[in-house]
Amino acid sequence: MAQVIIRSLNKKFEEVHAVKDVNLDIRDKEFVVLVGPSGCGKTTTLRMVAGLESITSGRILIDDKVINDLPPMDRDIAMVFQNYALYPHMSVYDNMGFGLRMRKFDRGDIARRVQEAAEILGIQELLKRKPRQLSGGQRQRVALGRAIVRHPRVFLFDEPLSNLDAKLRVQMRVELKKLHDRLGTTAIYVTHDQVEAMTLGDRVVVMRDGVVQQVGEPLELYNEPANRFVAGFLGSPSMNFATVKVNQDNGAIWAANEGIRIKAPPGCANRLSRYVGKEVTLGIRPEDLHVASAADPAELGFHVVVEVVERLGSEILLDVAVGPDTMVASVEPSVRASVHDRIRLALNPERLHFFDMQSEAAI
Amino acid sequence: MIEGASWRRWVFFYIPLTAFIIGLLFPFYWMLVTTVRPDSELYRPWNAPNYTPFWTMHPTLEHIRDLLTETLFGTWMFNTMVISISATAISLFCGLLAGYALSRLKFPFAGSLGTMIFITYLVPQTLLFIPLADIIRNFKLGDSPWALILTYPTFLIPFCTWLMMGYFKSIPKELEECARIDGAPRWKAMVYIIFPIAVPGILSAGIFAFTLSWNEFIYALVFLSSPDQKTVPVGVTSELVRGDVFYWGELMAGALLGSIPVAFVYSFFVEHYVASLTGSVKG
Repeated sequence: MAQVIIRSLNKKFEEVHAVKDVNLDIRDKEFVVLVGPSGCGKTTTLRMVAGLESITSGRILIDDKVINDLPPMDRDIAMVFQNYALYPHMSVYDNMGFGLRMRKFDRGDIARRVQEAAEILGIQELLKRKPRQLSGGQRQRVALGRAIVRHPRVFLFDEPLSNLDAKLRVQMRVELKKLHDRLGTTAIYVTHDQVEAMTLGDRVVVMRDGVVQQVGEPLELYNEPANRFVAGFLGSPSMNFATVKVNQDNGAIWAANEGIRIKAPPGCANRLSRYVGKEVTLGIRPEDLHVASAADPAELGFHVVVEVVERLGSEILLDVAVGPDTMVASVEPSVRASVHDRIRLALNPERLHFFDMQSEAAI
Repeated sequence: MIEGASWRRWVFFYIPLTAFIIGLLFPFYWMLVTTVRPDSELYRPWNAPNYTPFWTMHPTLEHIRDLLTETLFGTWMFNTMVISISATAISLFCGLLAGYALSRLKFPFAGSLGTMIFITYLVPQTLLFIPLADIIRNFKLGDSPWALILTYPTFLIPFCTWLMMGYFKSIPKELEECARIDGAPRWKAMVYIIFPIAVPGILSAGIFAFTLSWNEFIYALVFLSSPDQKTVPVGVTSELVRGDVFYWGELMAGALLGSIPVAFVYSFFVEHYVASLTGSVKG
């Protein structure tokens, strides 16, 4: 069991500054997910924790001990790779026992631990097979098994589910979650899939261009994104953005463009008052839009033209034109709307987001 | 397969293939026929009434017997075997380590070093034997198997290094990284994980190196002089061609017997060898 502390971590490849000044405190038993688009530095960060990549500057500590210069084998970590990295010439049993063999465990211990891990993962019947005789999901389990037999202090996962098909991925995601609850080992998980990040992580770290954008619990990130990038990255379908101008009228703050004119709710009004006369980015999640009824105040609604109707069963996604912008609204499945209809949408004033145009930071 | 009418298949596939196979195998057939042809037939003029160049009615093993009893063929075979195996072992060992280092380790000038090793392979042996002869003489290694065991690696090591470099590059580096996290220092990851996976590559490098040294001619011709030190290619051609007298039967018998070990090595390892050419690492 261990906590991992990362301080001012930097990685420079010849021309690329891949990881910039990353600071992270990972608590004991915590499942932390690093998420971001490809090339954001998340895998490089993980590989530096693993010891597979040298550290340009900064420190990594496991249980208060600096591990910068320890070779991978002495860090007491286990890693699951995207392509599983099973040793093709060894049986499943030998694959799982290899780490223990290298650490000079006696045969009985190895057999007991491999058996135990195989039971947890439900792969007892596969122990004699070679990796090439296994399906993708089974290989993934063996790779997990190889990590858990060692009882390491920290698990590192490098996009372990991205080679699986969609259905299996969901299934393995649930199993990973269960496995972590059962073992309680500190885990760092890298993915580019925001759904994996939201569902698996106790806390999520969003990265872009080598810089940590925000760290927090999944819902915290979802509800209070620190900037426009985090807001747009998390959530599916993603957040709608529109450029609006902030005005002051009759003592109230209004945000308006060609299609929208809404009154900023009291909570935002204070913060927006600095931006009077300037443009800001308005962000609103699809599920925070609904078809307006008589009960909705006029200053929180706007007219739209329906362009596409996607019926998903549990909800309907409306692609609508709002002045020059397009937005997606997720509405009740009972809503009757068809293409080219002009309807009125209202928004949930508590759930409005505003972002600075230059810095993209949340206002 | 070729689509369409059957004549197309004949014209574009079966006939060219047959011609190719005949062209390829005919020298071996000729070698075999000449080996078992009695001298009386061998030196019969082409316009004699019973001239049969492509087969013989009276096969005989007398050339093989002469080769084995009248010449030092057995000694030559033994010399060639010792030299080929030693040179192959040395080259494979060096090539394996060098190939691994060049493909996996990060160090300054790794790329240009690889290219330089390749360039040494491009220097023709027909040039290289001149300075090498000088070195051999200075170290007083002439006329001994060491002259060849130590000079063959000059072209075998670059060859093995390049072949192994390519093979190591085809093995996903995650396997090794995983092994290193699992608790293996680099050399153990190399020995337990990478080398076993590279067996097909090692075998093909070994087969090629063995064949190259078995058939090598010019160094053997230059560095060895006493009949009992010679290798098969040099022994057969120098001892069985006396002036303008060619002992065709014994020459062909020597060629035939001399190619058996190589053929044996190939057929024994052919499965692994083909596997290595088609790239067989599965994750």
